[in-house]
Amino acid sequence: MEFEPVIGLEVHAQLRTDSKIFCSCSTQFGAGPNTHTCPVCLGMPGVLPVLNRKVVEYTIKMALATHCRINRENSFARKNYFYPDLPKGYQISQYAYPLAEEGGIEVEVEGGKRRIGITRIHMEEDAGKLIHDEHFPSSYVDLNRTGVPLIEIVSEPDIRSAEEAADYLRRIHEILVYLEICDGNMEEGSFRCDANVSLRPRGQEEFGTRAELKNMNSFRNVQRALEYEIKRQQYVLEAGGEVVQETRLWDDAQGVTIPMRSKEEAHDYRYFPDPDLVTIAVSDAWIEEIRGTMPELPLEKRERFLRDYQIPPYDAGVLTTSRALADYYEEVVRLCGQPKVASNWVMGDILRFLKEDKRDIRDCPISAAALAEMIRLIEDGAISGKMAKEVSEEMYRTGKPPQTVIAEKGLVQITDEGALAAVIEQIMAANPTQLAQYRGGKDKLFGFFVGQVMKATQGKANPQLINDLLKKMLA
Amino acid sequence: MKITRTEVAHVAHLARLTFREEEMEKFTSQLNDILLYMDKLNSVDTTGVEPMTHATVLYNAFREDVVKPSLANEQSLANAPDPRGEFFRVPKVIE
Repeated sequence: MEFEPVIGLEVHAQLRTDSKIFCSCSTQFGAGPNTHTCPVCLGMPGVLPVLNRKVVEYTIKMALATHCRINRENSFARKNYFYPDLPKGYQISQYAYPLAEEGGIEVEVEGGKRRIGITRIHMEEDAGKLIHDEHFPSSYVDLNRTGVPLIEIVSEPDIRSAEEAADYLRRIHEILVYLEICDGNMEEGSFRCDANVSLRPRGQEEFGTRAELKNMNSFRNVQRALEYEIKRQQYVLEAGGEVVQETRLWDDAQGVTIPMRSKEEAHDYRYFPDPDLVTIAVSDAWIEEIRGTMPELPLEKRERFLRDYQIPPYDAGVLTTSRALADYYEEVVRLCGQPKVASNWVMGDILRFLKEDKRDIRDCPISAAALAEMIRLIEDGAISGKMAKEVSEEMYRTGKPPQTVIAEKGLVQITDEGALAAVIEQIMAANPTQLAQYRGGKDKLFGFFVGQVMKATQGKANPQLINDLLKKMLA
Repeated sequence: MKITRTEVAHVAHLARLTFREEEMEKFTSQLNDILLYMDKLNSVDTTGVEPMTHATVLYNAFREDVVKPSLANEQSLANAPDPRGEFFRVPKVIE
């Protein structure tokens, strides 16, 4: 029997605010343990949480970017459970009345695009961090992260493969970073993902029993974990067994998912409206004000690049992976007027340099203006493409403009026809055998002469000019 | 009966509360009375009335995104029964 995977994803994204969601403690990562805490986030009795306005604004931004309906009135609830990283004994979250519902984004799949629905986006607070002692039955609690603002983005069970899941995640990640509402840092936990996955016989409407996967902290791991889990469930079903509804942890080292030891009442959260927090009312005026600050989103940018610059879809995809990279590219194009050549340089040499140094485009020693100038010099014939490789490396290393590098290295291309003709005459005189063979019909020797000229001029001769002159003189 | 002893025991367990036999009897009976009263409230026709969560009609109590000083580490830990170094210490819990 052929099985079809059904996958839904839950993304937790940390919002890039300065202060926490309900108190004025800093959200800065990496501070000393328990130094960003106060009576509110420590869960002391008698304190009052007050909502950070920016959290609502950022969530509205994400809702607009993912075409969600924004609930004009929404509110917070308490999710009750006991765990040492949760000092109050409940997490403040949104339950019955989330900020946004019923949206979706498009992902690229073979042969086109597919829409993945978004069920809801809601605001909530993060929990603290536990560090387990390796030798004693003790855990150490750091509450700095307690109360850091999160949004949870829940997808519809619309995803049909591990690859599609990874693509959906990349798109969500990209939108969050483009909106500048989340730094997207997966290592620091600013972007986390859980997955629900089940199988059903192809053609069947109703869903199978699902497992929930946790502990996947990279796009690659999400894909690997889902691929593993799909196979595991397939073997279980094919052997006539039943999939157990449970939470499973991805074990990166072993490449398997293992069941998490969980208590039976784990999902009995007894939600109720949080009486400490008043209802949030979102007016049309507020939404429009926020809409006015929205940047161009990755998908729109990609489509505009295809249209305006006539570059291949692959190029447009790479160049729009970050806003800063896209801005850099557009500046180069604006100054040199050659979209495809600019794309080749940015995607090729520039990205390679940056990757080697693990540098961001914002810290690139070659400014967009300098790269554009170099492209113009190639176009004018002042340097060859081959020389430009050397020039760009030097520009990257020293941060100097192209003209300076060219002058310092003596890299001026020979475009003087007379001078080049003299070189060719010498070569013809020095290689009478090859000349006779070429003239006798051995066309392949043309390359030999090109090579000789390049060698004699140390690669500084304009290749087009060499070709033209050789054809004329060898004939 | 609106609520069974088993349900009361379950809720008590979720709240990490343990009760004596006679307390269980008493609370089951009291919770039953409360739920019966809720039934009475439910008999009111509330068609077209939005649920409310507060007695006050107040919206959008916000603060601006401004950082203010937190407590010092030793103050944060001052009430902790078993701190270690800069941390709270708790019995080990594994998910």
